Amino acid sequence: MMNAANFPILSVTTFLPLVGVALICLIPSRHQKAIQWTAFLVTVATFLVSLQLYFRFDTTTWQMQFVEDTSWIPQFAIRYQMGIDGISLLLVLLTTFLSAVSVLSTWTAVTERVKAYMASLLLLETGMIGVFCALDFILFYFFWEVMLIPMYFIIGIWGGPRRIYAAVKFFIYTMSGSVLMLVAILVLYFMHYEATGTYSFHILDYHKLGLPANYQFWMFLAFAVAFAIKVPMFPFHTWLPDAHVEAPTAGSVILAGVLLKMGTYGFLRFCLPIFPQASVLFVPLILILALIGIIYGAMVSLAQDDVKKLVAYSSVSHLGYCMLGMFALNADGIKGSLIQMVNHGLSTGALFLIVGILYERRHTRLISEYGGLMKVMPIFAFLFLMVAFSSMGVPGTNGFVGELLILIGAFQASLKFGLAATVGLILGAVYLLWTVKRVAYGPITKPENQVLKDMTVREYAYMLPVLLFIFWIGIYPKPFLRTMDASVAHLLESMHAPKTAHAFEPRPAWFQNLLAKADFQQLTKGQGR
Amino acid sequence: MEQVMSSISLSAIAPELVLIACGLIVLMIQAVVGKRFRESYAYVSLLGVAAAAFLVLTRPGGFEAKIVEYSFCDMWVVDNFSRFFKLIVLIGTGLTLLVSIKYLDNEAMQHSEYYALMLLCTVGMMIMAGAAELITIFLGVELMSISLYALAGYTRTRMLSNEAAIKYFILGSFASGFLIYGIALIYGTTGTSQIPAIAKYLAQAGPGAGVLVMGMALLIIGFAFKTASVPFHMWAPDVYEGAPAPVTGFMSAGPKAAAFAAFVRIFMEALPSLQTDWVMVIWIIAVLTMTAGNVIALVQENIKRMLAYSSIAHAGYVLVAFLAAGELGLTSILYYMLAYTFMNIGAFAVITMLAGRGEARVKVDDYRGVGYKHPVAALAMSLFLFSLAGIPPTGGFMGKFYIFSAAVKQGYIWLAIIGVLNSVVSVYYYLRVTVAMYMQAPEGSEEVPAASALSPALIVAVAISAYGVLSLGLFPSTYVAMVKESFLSLL
Repeated sequence: MMNAANFPILSVTTFLPLVGVALICLIPSRHQKAIQWTAFLVTVATFLVSLQLYFRFDTTTWQMQFVEDTSWIPQFAIRYQMGIDGISLLLVLLTTFLSAVSVLSTWTAVTERVKAYMASLLLLETGMIGVFCALDFILFYFFWEVMLIPMYFIIGIWGGPRRIYAAVKFFIYTMSGSVLMLVAILVLYFMHYEATGTYSFHILDYHKLGLPANYQFWMFLAFAVAFAIKVPMFPFHTWLPDAHVEAPTAGSVILAGVLLKMGTYGFLRFCLPIFPQASVLFVPLILILALIGIIYGAMVSLAQDDVKKLVAYSSVSHLGYCMLGMFALNADGIKGSLIQMVNHGLSTGALFLIVGILYERRHTRLISEYGGLMKVMPIFAFLFLMVAFSSMGVPGTNGFVGELLILIGAFQASLKFGLAATVGLILGAVYLLWTVKRVAYGPITKPENQVLKDMTVREYAYMLPVLLFIFWIGIYPKPFLRTMDASVAHLLESMHAPKTAHAFEPRPAWFQNLLAKADFQQLTKGQGR
Repeated sequence: MEQVMSSISLSAIAPELVLIACGLIVLMIQAVVGKRFRESYAYVSLLGVAAAAFLVLTRPGGFEAKIVEYSFCDMWVVDNFSRFFKLIVLIGTGLTLLVSIKYLDNEAMQHSEYYALMLLCTVGMMIMAGAAELITIFLGVELMSISLYALAGYTRTRMLSNEAAIKYFILGSFASGFLIYGIALIYGTTGTSQIPAIAKYLAQAGPGAGVLVMGMALLIIGFAFKTASVPFHMWAPDVYEGAPAPVTGFMSAGPKAAAFAAFVRIFMEALPSLQTDWVMVIWIIAVLTMTAGNVIALVQENIKRMLAYSSIAHAGYVLVAFLAAGELGLTSILYYMLAYTFMNIGAFAVITMLAGRGEARVKVDDYRGVGYKHPVAALAMSLFLFSLAGIPPTGGFMGKFYIFSAAVKQGYIWLAIIGVLNSVVSVYYYLRVTVAMYMQAPEGSEEVPAASALSPALIVAVAISAYGVLSLGLFPSTYVAMVKESFLSLL
């Protein structure tokens, strides 16, 4: 048994897929099966390693765990710092789990350029895990941006008819948000220096930094736009339907399951603790946008005749719940938001898998092309119904736990918002059940559907584990919820506590200096060195 | 910091002498031995570049010693700043030589003049980096420019190449005129053309007279032209498009670096007291350069022309660093130019490789399907383009990070915001190439042709560039340490 304290388990989890990329590159392209098996085994191995994180996780502390810290670019005080707490643990596990599932799901869906495809998926996995583990701003930004490249290629090369438009739109949307965040990170970096006299990109150092409220406002805005695009919050959501619809199944699963969570994770990790006053200031705006997202996403879902687009818009609605719970700014809401991130990854991921299974059989995503599948694919239809239940939050499934907590949180924060959010629940049930009805029930209207085959072994192999977690979280959520208790409690406590850690007296000299330097009204200043 | 004075010091100009000698030797081989040994031109030149780089690197004490050595009556200075720029220039020349060999074979243009011109041009650039006196800088500029005019028109049977040479020559001459007039005015005010002496005079004399500011303005125009900054960029697209592909790569990196070296040395060392006068002007030029370069690049169909506009935009980023000045700003210029040399010459190496005889295939649409026909080349091209766009884990990202952190530190937050938004704009046209390479099929049933200029030398050049881009992006600390030591010698 290796010593738990010294074993760099986070780095291993993060970079194991990268090793897989190297392995895949060594296999000649014609051995398609070998490439697929290698990719799958690597993702499974990564998942198994990441499970160790759960078993060794100490739920009693909010401190970062499994911390690794090595010098990287000492001149800028950039360090290779990794660590997870109760906020990131489940997201890391979700990432490794869904990566394995999505690799398995595309064995027959993608048959061209399999080598590059699997390499992209593994590269993506490294980027995603890295985002959740990085404790250094620049390291975080590295992973955050690196991840765009494989996703861009996955959508652009293996996607549907409008894949190029969708891929470029995805890339540019995400990047335009994140570059502003980069500038904000740099501003923070120099403000941190002014305040403490030391340079640092360590994220936790910034948690302790009590910024003056007027700076918080702008910094929050810059970060929030980056994350809001990723979530995506209304009105920054327009890249999402395009990217989701055009991406191949595995791409959609990863996109919905993990990539969107980076936005919500960003809010939790950066916006709330670093800019607490600004976060409170922005609560009404964010709640309203979240509510619009919930209702609007659900309404647009109702109107879709393409089942993949329907699932895509339902993401807008579900992520609205995550934002609503988070910005209720109480323990129930935030915990609900966190568990709902996982839930959404599982249930929407599963919905995309369902759509993928349909698409592989009929090569169409139009709801009107289906109907009566219950008669030819009974098990499939049953699973579809279960996943739909999970997505709409029927008791006994994971969705119920998340939405309940979020609504409890929302009602504590505001009666109006809580009430309004419940409307979304009803709409969610409407569009999901209606879709299941149109696809699975009724008479078989198309002769092509008479001969459809039910689920294959491989399809069971990736659907059943997802369902296992759907019901596990739904019936006995405690093992999942208790991991986040300490971290969420600490987050709230530190948000409400006055910042005294650094004795952040606005020393007149630096305060004036910063005012002169960072005055946003004035275009040029800086009278030299 | 140690200062050494001497009047004539051959060791101080040894790298330049080696290059000149090599240039002459190459010419002699063709004249004496004839064309039988035409393969040797490139290798002799490469040897010269390697020797020069070795001499630059192994000055006594290495980079840590920070020796500043003036010679030739204070007209020449060897310090880490000049040495670093000389290295950038030599890297650019070396890579270009590797790329050129097969290209010239294809075009039936394997003449020694090409190599001699390239080496002399390199000497010109090194003089710009190492001169401590305005007229010497001017001589360097002219040596570089005249060699470049000839190189731009080197494929003499191609109309576009001729046009490029003429255009470059006429506009370049104007720019030289501005430069020399500016130098004259500064000399007229201060009574000296030596950079340290000018600084000393201005420090005593107080705020500059109108004539001095006029001279400074003319210098800005001259350097803005040489670095292809808006609104003095008009020559760049035509010249970049018309010049032979390896030469385009060459001219987008080395000469730009050399121009910035001289620009920085004159403005930071001789004219720091005029900073308040130039800040606003450079601010506007920087914004215009970034924005115009990126926006116009969006609509280009020819990949060389597109990269010409991209190169204009990159000059704009460097101007941001110039404006930020200070240690962070100036070192970021060094870092950025190094990264830029690798990524841009790398990109042009791939362009050269795929261009085909007579550069028939330089449209973005010609890259359709290249990703599957030439997977390694396409992968390398993607790497260079992502680096140019400033996406991690590449040197381009670290360079931009460096520059914008300097800008933020000096309070130029709007400039940083405009800069990063510009890099978002730029992503679109860089992505267009990857879209063509990976996501689009060739027109009709047309097959992607074999790479025409593929040679072991070119592969080496691409590999070195890729290594440079990745190591600058992933493990920047050694390079950052080096640029920091190079900066300290300046002030």
